[in-house]
Amino acid sequence: MNGALRAGKVRTRGARVPVRTFSVCLGLAAVAFAASVLVIGSGDLPIPSADVVRTLTGEGTQVHRFIVTELRLPRALTGILVGLALGLSGAVFQSLSRNPLGSPDLIGFTTGAATGALVQILVVGGGTVAIAVSSVGGAVLTGMAVYLLAYRGGGMQGHRLVLVGVGIAAMLEALNSYLITRAELREAYQAAFWLTGSLEGRDWDHVKALGVALAVLVPFTLALGGRLRMVELGDDVARSLGERVEQSRGLAVAGGVGLVAVATAASGPVAFVALAAPQLARRLTRGSGPQLLPSALMGAALLVVSDLIALRLPVRLPVGVVTSVLGGVYLVWLLGIEGRRER
Amino acid sequence: MSRWTVLLLLVLTLAGAVVASFAFGAKHIPFGEVVDGLLSPDGAENSLIIREERLPRTVLGIAAGTALGLAGTLMQALTRNPLAEPGLLGVNSGAALAVVLVIGLLRVDEALVYVWAALAGAAVTAVLVYLLGSSGRYGATPAKLVLAGVAVNAVAVGVTTGVMLLIPRAFNGFRFWQVGSLGGQDLGVVLRILPFLAVGLLLVALLAGPLNTLALGDEAARSLGGRPGLIRAAGGLAVVLLCGGATAAAGPLFFVGLAVPFAARALAGTDHRWILAYSALLAPVLLLGADVLGRLLGSPGELETGLVTAFLGAPLFIFIVRRGKVPQL
Repeated sequence: MNGALRAGKVRTRGARVPVRTFSVCLGLAAVAFAASVLVIGSGDLPIPSADVVRTLTGEGTQVHRFIVTELRLPRALTGILVGLALGLSGAVFQSLSRNPLGSPDLIGFTTGAATGALVQILVVGGGTVAIAVSSVGGAVLTGMAVYLLAYRGGGMQGHRLVLVGVGIAAMLEALNSYLITRAELREAYQAAFWLTGSLEGRDWDHVKALGVALAVLVPFTLALGGRLRMVELGDDVARSLGERVEQSRGLAVAGGVGLVAVATAASGPVAFVALAAPQLARRLTRGSGPQLLPSALMGAALLVVSDLIALRLPVRLPVGVVTSVLGGVYLVWLLGIEGRRER
Repeated sequence: MSRWTVLLLLVLTLAGAVVASFAFGAKHIPFGEVVDGLLSPDGAENSLIIREERLPRTVLGIAAGTALGLAGTLMQALTRNPLAEPGLLGVNSGAALAVVLVIGLLRVDEALVYVWAALAGAAVTAVLVYLLGSSGRYGATPAKLVLAGVAVNAVAVGVTTGVMLLIPRAFNGFRFWQVGSLGGQDLGVVLRILPFLAVGLLLVALLAGPLNTLALGDEAARSLGGRPGLIRAAGGLAVVLLCGGATAAAGPLFFVGLAVPFAARALAGTDHRWILAYSALLAPVLLLGADVLGRLLGSPGELETGLVTAFLGAPLFIFIVRRGKVPQL
């Protein structure tokens, strides 16, 4: 090992956060902020970015202030918060399962939230608040069912959690399709729109509810980062290092499900962010371990940029469509770069 | 019980499922007339139901079931990831995208056109995933294939949803296609996909042995004289033919391909020749069983096969996961 490399390692170890990770986080936060400013500037009455920033800092004209703070800021904030929650939750579940496919989209929690909402839209016929409440209910019930079914003989292994989740997800997915085929076309269409995930028409009520929930859930989950890193080493190693593996896993599942539940209630199940954000973040930071904060920020950046694109499209499409395409293309591109680097 | 005994039992179960698929349905037909309807059709109502309704869906159930069971086992072996389902190569999402485009833009709604569109879409996405997953010096490693599949799937699903939301007509056709069902196809459609499945089946038969070496890891496989790249490419082709054919005719019934290999592994152990044989028998049993159940429960109409498959298969799957030794992911 040469000297420079060793010095680099020492420096990385000395700092609490590696420089690369720190700058990636900073960059992602900047992207999310810039995209939010552009989102706020977009609409029937475009506002230049400089005016948006000025209005946000408390200056600007009365008209701008009304449009920005009352109409468009809530949408941008909802986007950021939902993205944070989805990215963080995805990182938790991918760490628990040690599998890139172990995202909340695939293991039932998002599907459960969708089922709750669909029942409300198509069967009960409640309004926005009722839809949000039943989608949280759906996610929490699904989370509890998965956890209880995966818990066996005094232990719940990460991979069993994922597999049980996949089974539950298949049932809920079938139930969702069933509900949609049995509904009238107009209602079914409304449901499909909701199922794609959208930020349209979000107001301060959404932001407040989301903000309060995330103020508890995000710090709680971020604080589990160290414990998740230990759990990733494998049950035996982690136990021998004095880690209470079962407790860590239970807390992480609770945090992750909570995050997905509130995010889905606010925006509908926005596709692919939870799956892609951790993978994208990991490729940028080149770090090991759960990468909770970078994943969360990547989720926020991905969602707000997608929303910006959705706003600028000539046709009206919900943000969920754009997140899938954008996230997918971005992942394709990063994989391509990795492939070339190996040559 | 020896492996041959289990195999025999599975064959008998499948035979039972086939008989049940002919015997039960929305309309009660005495068993004697079922046999008559098959052997000496007389053009009466019951005879028509047997030949036009129950025969095609039984054939499709066997064909699609076998194909999905094998494709799922292959996919999990090729990526060494038990969460991989045949749709991971993009087969389902590509087929869905093609179907939505055909309904939405070309304004066609003919079953036979769906079949060709779905096959073409499946092939294009699968090739994309494979090329992307095999870029770089080490070729198609499991991890890269999984991520490439995830990425391409997401793009296809996003575009599908977009088209669907912009063109309500496409949405209306698609929402029925996407549940997945064995019913409503005539025998002509089913026969069109059989050549694809036959080639897929042949590839699987050739791959069964080499898959065992691949399970040891790429390095070990290479040192034993195996060629991981070739095995994966041939396996990918087989998955596209099998899963693409099944999806084209019956719609996305992805859960079969995910769950059945688990049951097969629980019965067979680690030898892929046996896992494949068991999967090929178990999957049609699940599909036909779900289809019969859907006809009985949904009477006078019927519940879609995809729906019943999930509700029948998932509890079994969870049961296996809970009690068996599940491989680490």
